[in-house]
Amino acid sequence: MVFKRYVEVGRVVLVNYGPDAGKLATIIDIVDQNKCLIDGPSTGVARQVIPYGRIALTDLTVKISRNARQKSLTAAWTEADVLAKWESSSWAKKLAAKKKRASLNDFDRFKVMVARKQKSSIIAKKMKEIAA
Amino acid sequence: MTVAGKMRQYQVVGRKAATEDNANPEAYRMIIFAPNAVIAKSKFWYYMHQFRKMKKTTGEILDCVELVEKNSRIIKNYGIWLRYSSRSGTHNMYREYRDLTLTGAVSQLYNEMAGRHRTRPRSIQIIRTATLAASELKRPNGMQFAKRNVKFPLPHRVASAKRNVKALSDKTFTTNRPTTFLG
Repeated sequence: MVFKRYVEVGRVVLVNYGPDAGKLATIIDIVDQNKCLIDGPSTGVARQVIPYGRIALTDLTVKISRNARQKSLTAAWTEADVLAKWESSSWAKKLAAKKKRASLNDFDRFKVMVARKQKSSIIAKKMKEIAA
Repeated sequence: MTVAGKMRQYQVVGRKAATEDNANPEAYRMIIFAPNAVIAKSKFWYYMHQFRKMKKTTGEILDCVELVEKNSRIIKNYGIWLRYSSRSGTHNMYREYRDLTLTGAVSQLYNEMAGRHRTRPRSIQIIRTATLAASELKRPNGMQFAKRNVKFPLPHRVASAKRNVKALSDKTFTTNRPTTFLG
């Protein structure tokens, strides 16, 4: 079991609790074993101390120095193309799908039901062909 | 005193009341950590009558102003010298904290003294505080985080049971063991 995601200056994290839940930010300094200083000027996360229990480490990092200014942080984010890389990751896609599913109205859920029935009928037909 | 919420730092200046023989008594200034200005002034008299022959009825407070952290955007190392009374005697102590503000470090101090030594805030007197460079730290915990390129994984991630979430799982029963390794 090798660790690949580290708490380090420049690690992109997803805030998963609190008023900024669901937003990305970067670790710009480490306070101690329980909390770190994060900042996310491109995503609207204010510079703040946050405990590790409220964040999730992602695979992305940016090259910044400790206590980077917001301007240099934004520049590093655009250089590393963090937002595009994040949106194309399966983690982000799963989060988006969950969000979409939770926001469906009754008509959308009807459409989902019809689509599932169509999908299962195609699969059943194919299975019959293979079995025969 | 009750330590509700975050501590604040006050500069309190006071002197003995002016009389005919002593029209301009010497003024004394103290830095007090308290949750609000009322308690700050009260603590001022508590200390002043320990150190000098001065008390609230025979003196006056000239000024009580809150001191705000100059740069609350960077993490600093704080050393705090304190005197506290335990069940068996009173002792001096030196502790170090890493925090954005001095008042944050002092709040941490009160909470930690309560947790580790069962010291109530009324038994703690802060003698001196200082902002330290990384090379001046003496305690190993802060020293390991004040270095360059600190890097560590989060090996055992457990969902907090305080958040109305069942620890490790959102179901009462499940057929597979949860995973606490998130990379």
